[in-house]
Amino acid sequence: MKYVDEFRDRAKAAILVREIELLVATMTIPEHRPLQIMEVCGGHTHSIFRYGIEGMLPKEIELVHGPGCPVCVLPIGRVDDCVSIAERPEVIFATFGDAMRVPGSNKSLMQAKADGADVRMVYSPMDALAMARGNPDREVVFFGLGFETTMPSTALTILQAEAEGITNFSVFCNHITIVPTMKAILDSPNLQLDGFLGPGHVSMVIGTAPYAFIASQYRKPMVVSGFEPLDILQSIWMVLRQIKENRAEIENQYSRIVAEHGNAPALEAVSRVYELRAFFEWRGLGSIDHSGVRLRDGYARFDAERRFAIPNVVIADPQSCQCGEVLKGVIKPWQCKVFGSGCTPETPLGALMVSSEGSCAAYYQYGGIKKHVAAE
Amino acid sequence: MCLGIPGRIIKIEDASKNLAIVDVGGVRRQVNVACIVSEERPAESCVGDWVLIHVGFAMSRINEAEAAETLRLLDELGEAQAEIEAMRLNAAGEAA
Repeated sequence: MKYVDEFRDRAKAAILVREIELLVATMTIPEHRPLQIMEVCGGHTHSIFRYGIEGMLPKEIELVHGPGCPVCVLPIGRVDDCVSIAERPEVIFATFGDAMRVPGSNKSLMQAKADGADVRMVYSPMDALAMARGNPDREVVFFGLGFETTMPSTALTILQAEAEGITNFSVFCNHITIVPTMKAILDSPNLQLDGFLGPGHVSMVIGTAPYAFIASQYRKPMVVSGFEPLDILQSIWMVLRQIKENRAEIENQYSRIVAEHGNAPALEAVSRVYELRAFFEWRGLGSIDHSGVRLRDGYARFDAERRFAIPNVVIADPQSCQCGEVLKGVIKPWQCKVFGSGCTPETPLGALMVSSEGSCAAYYQYGGIKKHVAAE
Repeated sequence: MCLGIPGRIIKIEDASKNLAIVDVGGVRRQVNVACIVSEERPAESCVGDWVLIHVGFAMSRINEAEAAETLRLLDELGEAQAEIEAMRLNAAGEAA
């Protein structure tokens, strides 16, 4: 496929791996630890495991898998809210497939569906809007989920519903924002990260300018990266060059998609429809100020939170789970007490085991267990 | 949900609603193109464009020149490596 295959070329990957090796050989490595580079985005985590990129890198580099999987950071209480809405007899609950298996305190959406709730998987919020058109006697609720990448698509769907005068469509809005999340990571104690791979598709929407503080205030290098193996290898090489040259800048490897100022029509739709919440709960990370959005008052009639009474109870993560420590890079997935025993992709306890973009599921699926054995 | 997939716009279905048909590896699907159209680039002018699609929305026009530039840079790295390797072998040969 065009714009995919070229960026998976093995010979070019070998060139980049060689460049990385040559560069690392000339660098000062911290004494008791490798250089740690965090990929913030779950899409990158998925690619890194799928293509075995960690195995290509010299031992002086460690990739830390960050919190950028929106399914993985969804707290139990919000899943319970979804189930509560979905179980109303008049509701058709439309969701991306990724969210179906996230465990709530009693059940996941998939279990709710098995128990008779009308939960339907959709590829696009526009498919949910079509369901509303086709079922005028039902209430269609779309589960709005994701960082800035998917935020505009939900906003544009709401604007389309408004334009058509559709009254039986609403959104349960759980969209989250990247910048406060990055700040929370950078402010966490014991932070040892040496640099970041920046999220490619969030940046496609918001541009690269909002990250300036990471370089100016925290003095950390960041390279906004694409998702193919060559993109990720080149971005790692660019981060390493910054570290070696003692620079902290926001660079853009993914210039074929990401423009400095982002996507203007997408940002316009986002600011028309949403406003920041005072705070939002994250699984594993707790409450982060201004890290989520809700619908503005002008769009209240499309807001499932205002149309339906929802429990909205904050429920603590299971005690056995160490998702938070994994998300912040303090421990590796296999170091969690329940990894692979109490918590597996078939019966996940923690959200990181649910989505293919979650680092625990990725380790489990792509041979992380072998690495775990080798490491001990 | 977050990864996106490249596709090519083959037809504008309803310009007033920003709806187009894209071809993604041989599969055709309706997508919303609101995020890639503007006064200078009305929907009708987008046929043939390569775009990146997320959850049914074309979210970015793929910049062909930038894509080529990234690949050209990698080629240059490869050529430099080959040259250095040749020099190294040559030097080793002379020393022996």
